[in-house]
Amino acid sequence: MGLSIPAAAQIRALSDTPIPELPALLVPALGETLAMVGIVMLIVVALGTPIAVALHNMAPGGLYEHRGTYSVLSWIVNIGRSLPFLVLMAAIVPFTRFVTGTNIGIAAAVVPMSLAGIPFFARLVENCLREVPRSVTAAARASGGSPLQIIRSAQLGEAVPAILGGLTINTIAMIEYSAIAGTIGAGGIGYVAVTYGYQRFDQTVMLATVILLIVMVTVVQLTGDALVRATTPHLRRRA
Amino acid sequence: MISLKNLTKVYGHGDKSVTVLDNLEIDVATGEILAIVGPSGAGKSTLAQCINLLERPTSGQVIVNGEDLARLPERKLRVARRRIGTVFQSASLLSRRTAAENIALPLQYLGVTPAETKARVAELLDRVGLSHRANHYPFELSGGQLQRVGIARALALRPSVLLSDEATSGLDPETTRSVVSLLRQLRDDLDLAVVFITHEMDTVLHVADSAARLENGRITEQGSLVDLLTDHDSALGRALQPRLSPADPGAGSRAWHVTYDSRTVPADWLQRVSADLGEPVALLAATIQSIDGTSTGNATVGLHAPEPRAAAAFALHGLRAVPREAAAPEARTASAPRSSEELQWA
Ligand SMILES: Nc1ncnc2c1ncn2[C@@H]1O[C@H](COP(=O)(O)OP(=O)(O)OP(=O)(O)O)[C@@H](O)[C@H]1O
Ligand SMILES: [Mg+2]
Repeated sequence: MGLSIPAAAQIRALSDTPIPELPALLVPALGETLAMVGIVMLIVVALGTPIAVALHNMAPGGLYEHRGTYSVLSWIVNIGRSLPFLVLMAAIVPFTRFVTGTNIGIAAAVVPMSLAGIPFFARLVENCLREVPRSVTAAARASGGSPLQIIRSAQLGEAVPAILGGLTINTIAMIEYSAIAGTIGAGGIGYVAVTYGYQRFDQTVMLATVILLIVMVTVVQLTGDALVRATTPHLRRRA
Repeated sequence: MISLKNLTKVYGHGDKSVTVLDNLEIDVATGEILAIVGPSGAGKSTLAQCINLLERPTSGQVIVNGEDLARLPERKLRVARRRIGTVFQSASLLSRRTAAENIALPLQYLGVTPAETKARVAELLDRVGLSHRANHYPFELSGGQLQRVGIARALALRPSVLLSDEATSGLDPETTRSVVSLLRQLRDDLDLAVVFITHEMDTVLHVADSAARLENGRITEQGSLVDLLTDHDSALGRALQPRLSPADPGAGSRAWHVTYDSRTVPADWLQRVSADLGEPVALLAATIQSIDGTSTGNATVGLHAPEPRAAAAFALHGLRAVPREAAAPEARTASAPRSSEELQWA
């Protein structure tokens, strides 16, 4: 990229993608981004939720209060939370290669994205669970519920709208991470933005990817907001 | 019925340990409502948690229908909890479930079939007078209605003991009265032993058959309401009496504080004492009510007669009279209870 400005201007003039060719470039990239984010979010929800439940209930006052295990788990989650995504991605390349057999492409991006997303989601959900009044859990215990029944109906059940809000935040963060992962060859919108828009100074593609990302994030946010409203009785319009 | 024997709860270990409940002995018979009162931090909520076994007592027994529940292993404890229904202060309903769905919760946990659950929930809603609110969410219900849902949920598994920790706190007097009369009704219909924890003395007079005062983790006084109210040495009995602000006795006249000293005080004692003393006795403040058919209360009267003669005239009719200056200070304004059985001037 050590191009001087006049040279860059020249390249731009030569390589701006004509608008009719944009879909052929962006549609597959969009598909890749959706696949990456989708797979990662499935993994994040499937693993982050149990970790959040464990954190919440092993903390003082929880159903399975256990200081030692809580501290260890909390410490592990903090490590996952403390590395910037780019650093995490680079640091775990050997692990990624071990798991997926490759260090480029969607499969390779899913590993670091999940590792970053799981602790993030776990903290978000832990926070949601903490917002559920203690008396609700107490009432569920007094009603004769087993720990699993209490976690399902009283803790997660009550926190559903808040968790959906967290899920929205998390999904948007994963869209961002997918773009970062794109820079190391994971494909998707991020890859297109970097290779065409940044490295080749293709303004048309740059602008198109920016718009696409804004639209994606907006759609996710609006969907999330709608789900929160639909699951909160007092925000739901009654028929 | 429920008995607590030598119930002790200690939080923390070693140097930092705090004894929150100290060797409590409490019995509540079937069909009895025991009110537990006490200042903030006395251990009332801790006691409630030990009774419904959300907290395990450090030592002692919690005996419900002859079985000690305190030492049961965790799994059996969960089953045992079903014999004790708990009404919480507030905010204990699931906000995303309707009234009916909240009441159904204990039945679902137990694994009752949907058909049976539906029938039982309908019955419970009817019992607490909320059939028309079955499909409303908690945010659509008033404070009193929320408590009724809480009561219905507590009764879902047909417990023999009902425990209420500050269930009426934060409700307005009217609503408190309706919740309290619902509890009494349920006690009668379902033969419940009720433990009613509150810091509101007014409510105690309306709901309870007996009362206990908890202070610093110990029961300092305990007895039937009538005994407490007719016992002059009972601090709890005095605390249960509404505070009155008497009128001025007038020049030359002296104010006397009169309390019921026997269970057979004639209703027309004021006229009788007036006749005995040969002077009209002025009534400056009074509250008299019937508790389980016995009249109890206190009054302030104004009269001219000299001290020994006046005291003797009251004693004749089962009353104890003390010149006002010597009586306990009665500075605060009346927050008098109102009930159908009650007769009050002030
Ligand atoms: N989990 C706990 N660990 C340590 N101390 C506790 C715990 N729970 C309660 N306590 C202490 O026990 C004492 C009694 O508390 P409790 O909540 O039972 O009082 P209370 O009578 O219900 O008061 P209030 O009328 O304010 O509700 C307090 O001094 C409190 O600090
Ligand atoms: Mg309390």
